[in-house]
Amino acid sequence: MADKRVGNVFMPGDVLEDLQVSESVKKIVLGPGLIDDGNRIKISKPGILRFREPGIYWIDCHQKRYVPSKGDSVIGIITQKAGDIFRVDIGGSEQASLSYLSFEGATKRNRPDVKVGDIVYAKLLVANKDMEPEVVCIDSYGRSSGMGVIRNGGFLFNASLNLVRKLLSPQCALVKSLGHRFQFELAVGLNGRVWAKSKSDIQTIAMANGIMASEFMDNNQIKAMCKRLSRAVSGMEVE
Amino acid sequence: MAANKGAQLSKNVLQMKFMQRSVLRIEREQNEDERQKIIDDEHWVLDLPEYKTKEHRYLKDQSYAFCEQLRFGRQSFQGFNPEIEKLMKAEIAEQELKEAEEKEKQNSVSDKEMTQRYSSLMGILAKKFAKKRSRKDIVDEEEVEEPSKKKAFLKPSDD
Repeated sequence: MADKRVGNVFMPGDVLEDLQVSESVKKIVLGPGLIDDGNRIKISKPGILRFREPGIYWIDCHQKRYVPSKGDSVIGIITQKAGDIFRVDIGGSEQASLSYLSFEGATKRNRPDVKVGDIVYAKLLVANKDMEPEVVCIDSYGRSSGMGVIRNGGFLFNASLNLVRKLLSPQCALVKSLGHRFQFELAVGLNGRVWAKSKSDIQTIAMANGIMASEFMDNNQIKAMCKRLSRAVSGMEVE
Repeated sequence: MAANKGAQLSKNVLQMKFMQRSVLRIEREQNEDERQKIIDDEHWVLDLPEYKTKEHRYLKDQSYAFCEQLRFGRQSFQGFNPEIEKLMKAEIAEQELKEAEEKEKQNSVSDKEMTQRYSSLMGILAKKFAKKRSRKDIVDEEEVEEPSKKKAFLKPSDD
């Protein structure tokens, strides 16, 4: 049972009183943009109230500044080597720390090969408004599972946080329809960074442009755009 | 501790001069025991009114990845990076399994329904398991009110 107000636009400072809960759900989960303030809920971001079964509410808002939150997968840039940790720029207000031991197969003797300027795909382990964020490149089993240093070229560009979420949402057709037409690899960080690589630079740039252009398109428009894009790219590569 | 052990020295032996040191030691140990006991009982308890912990009605999770069920951010298509593609396949398989499980949960009979069904069947099942004779009784009891019509042969009409 979703609340009637789901889908409405809210502004920071608005108050949500007695949010509806179905009987089977014991606790409501408050996502980003909602703050628990005693017996009422306050809104802290401008946007649309969203709901998902069972009892998860959040505010969907347009945003460019990344605020680290625990469990997010982000793309960071190594900016400094400081003893046994690396400083990583993840686009937040503060640089995150990354221990050299939190790579797959790393031990005290066997240090990972990471240099300043490298791109890493990492997960936020600690994200607290009062503390320095910490990222790791392994999961809880000690495996890399897709995280770690991203090597061998490619193209890194910034997008809005909205677009990044749209890319990863199961409803969005963009990545899938690009995948039908191109052979490529993609890394999407929830901090608004997107890294793409394909077999030619022309293709990579075309894809990056396509991704950037798709922010305000619906699925049909996206499919049409991908069609045009693949035609244009194949035309260019023939020349 | 020596004092607690089964083999204790008798009083007479302890009174002897060369046993005085042992006597002191035993006494000291006993004292220590007692002190320990006092500490155990009261040492760690603060005499304060009971704390009322506020019950939190809400769980907080400030991650969009959880709320919107976002997919994993590294993807590869048409075999560009086989390693990542393998991970993607595993993720998709996991998701499908989860969905199938949920579907199964919806379709299958819940425990509550099961008990309801069986409690409504109670009488009938009792009949089934009763012995032949007592079964007859049950049937009889139910059919007492029905007027027993004697069945007779009905002659068919000739036409």
